[in-house]
Amino acid sequence: MSRLAAAFARARAQNRAAFIAYLCAGDPDFDTSLAACRALLANGVDILELGVPFSDPLADGLTNQLAAQRALESGMTAARVFELARRLREGSDAPIIFYTYYNLVFANGVDAYVRAAKVAGVDGILTLDLPPEEAGEVTAACRAHGVDTVFIIAPTTPDARIGKIAAVTTGFIYYVSREGVTGVRDQVAGNIPEALARIRAHTQLPVAVGFGIGSRAQVTQVAAHADGVVVGSALVNGIRDNLGDRARIAPTLAARAADLAAGTGRK
Amino acid sequence: MPTAATEATGLDRFSLPDAGGHFGRYGGVFVPETLMTALSELGAAYEVARKDEAFQAELRHHLKEFAGRPTELYFAERLTAHCGGAKIYLKREDLLHTGAHKINNALGQALLARRMGKKRVIAETGAGQHGVATAAVCAKFGFECVVYMGAVDMERQALNVFRMRLMGAEVRGVEAGQKTLKEAINEAMRDWVTNVRGTHYILGSALGSHPYPMMVRDFHRMIGRETKEQILAREGRLPDEMIACVGGGSNAIGFFFEFLEEAGVRLVGVEAGGRGITRGDHAARFEGGKLGVLQGCKTYILQNPDGQIELTHSVSAGLDYAAIGPEHAFYRDRKRIDYAYACDDEVLETFQLCSRLEGIIPALESTHALVHGLKRAKQMRRDELLVINLSGRGDKDVNQVAKILGVKL
Ligand SMILES: Cc1ncc(COP(=O)(O)O)c(C=O)c1O
Repeated sequence: MSRLAAAFARARAQNRAAFIAYLCAGDPDFDTSLAACRALLANGVDILELGVPFSDPLADGLTNQLAAQRALESGMTAARVFELARRLREGSDAPIIFYTYYNLVFANGVDAYVRAAKVAGVDGILTLDLPPEEAGEVTAACRAHGVDTVFIIAPTTPDARIGKIAAVTTGFIYYVSREGVTGVRDQVAGNIPEALARIRAHTQLPVAVGFGIGSRAQVTQVAAHADGVVVGSALVNGIRDNLGDRARIAPTLAARAADLAAGTGRK
Repeated sequence: MPTAATEATGLDRFSLPDAGGHFGRYGGVFVPETLMTALSELGAAYEVARKDEAFQAELRHHLKEFAGRPTELYFAERLTAHCGGAKIYLKREDLLHTGAHKINNALGQALLARRMGKKRVIAETGAGQHGVATAAVCAKFGFECVVYMGAVDMERQALNVFRMRLMGAEVRGVEAGQKTLKEAINEAMRDWVTNVRGTHYILGSALGSHPYPMMVRDFHRMIGRETKEQILAREGRLPDEMIACVGGGSNAIGFFFEFLEEAGVRLVGVEAGGRGITRGDHAARFEGGKLGVLQGCKTYILQNPDGQIELTHSVSAGLDYAAIGPEHAFYRDRKRIDYAYACDDEVLETFQLCSRLEGIIPALESTHALVHGLKRAKQMRRDELLVINLSGRGDKDVNQVAKILGVKL
């Protein structure tokens, strides 16, 4: 069983949703980012979604844009992102997935990139601007190297596409709960149960829900229905708010993760 | 049916793009899933409208009455004499309402948005010309209009910002990255992802995801069609060479399209050489760019070895962009269109020369085509014909040029 499948199975056995946490690799610098990711993994995070910083993150809201900018300014390169994954893998068996944009995967050859990711200990790749129609090279490379694929389904995705997307997904489906970019919102979208039912009519894959979820109450609300809950910007804000004293970032995120993780249980 | 021209060049310009929006290995659809349905709906609506005579008739009506088509093909007598070579003609897109070719596409897409029942329109703009054209059509058709513009461009094209606001558009400054066209497109796409159900995105160049490169090209094809009729009427033959500037590539592809299969007509696109071809100092994608994916399509992109998009520079905001339209990349590979570049200093010089000799102040973007055109005219024989697309007028640029030349207004 892949690390991803195992993480979802474990959460299901414990009658809770898997807790998926997003941070941008190298935000605000390599060492702090490494410590922050480790703090998350030690405090209830089941799956780490590692954002690969890109100069033009057009699916991301301001919080994640600034995180990517900080990471790039601190000197993150493709090689350093792989290095970060490798260092995390040394101390943890939790699944790590890359959350990235296609140009970064494409730039030096898709196959070589996916292989390097595998070697670094990465379990899955989610490419935000790569619909299944254009994903042939990535899915083939992932299959060849034993890396899972993660694809997005949106509220605007018609039923006819859901099956098509599920057919190329091996890890999990990432349902973005609302139209828009990443970022914390006051309210979770209301129609998540219906959307999940629509997706599950087409696939047995685990379905995680993300975009806009930031508080423990929201986590609990979504965990009641979803196989996984993704929290991103709310954690990234924990970095942003402590840039003046970077030593405080890891402990802040540890506390925040523990709090959110406690919300993943189902009644 | 293949024509003699098709056989001569081995090209069939109507065979592209394929159903997935590919021009050979370029183009395609690379967007977040949330936009996939909107793009396929747009493609379907365009496919119907394209073949609908009523739609085309209405578009022609507005192009004539609102935009001022057809535009003249003007014999630039003094520039011709100055160069002492080929006869130079200028296709006068600068005479259009709002000042550039951009209105052709803005009108087409506005009619399409209305057909699709959208009430709100967004756009990005670099030089401000596409923003102004979009603001104008939104005023005319009663759409709510938001235009995204990089903060640096807002400063260098302040006049256009005010024009957009006068016509009721909301102009939102973008502070991210290098604060120019690329960042404006990112922000427009974020808006579209968020408001996709009621909003149409009028993309301003032959760029981005399918169907935009094809649709924007089609909405500019009359530039070349008119040019062909006009030059045949004037000279009784086709030109020897045609030159246009290439930002995303809309004025150029619209100008060239009708001639792609005419083997005897040399086609040249001119990119922005900025301060010279050094990383970060220019926007000439075919000089140091490599294949990649940016903002919806696969094409040549200025990027670093990891795939991070490089900074670009050009004196003209409309050409200051890291990617080039996919159809251009295709025809470059096929060696059907050649590409050159012009640098800032040459552009500033020719901007003044054209103003002085012809009484026409060209847009800085279009001036790139003029720079290369004047060089070529000098190398060509007097009995040869050269047509340059004057994609826009330079009124918007006079403040910036004055500043660069150290003139206090
Ligand atoms: C007058 C003019 N010409 C050319 C361009 C470049 O765009 P394109 O390459 O799509 O024609 C612009 C863009 O703003 C423009 O304003």
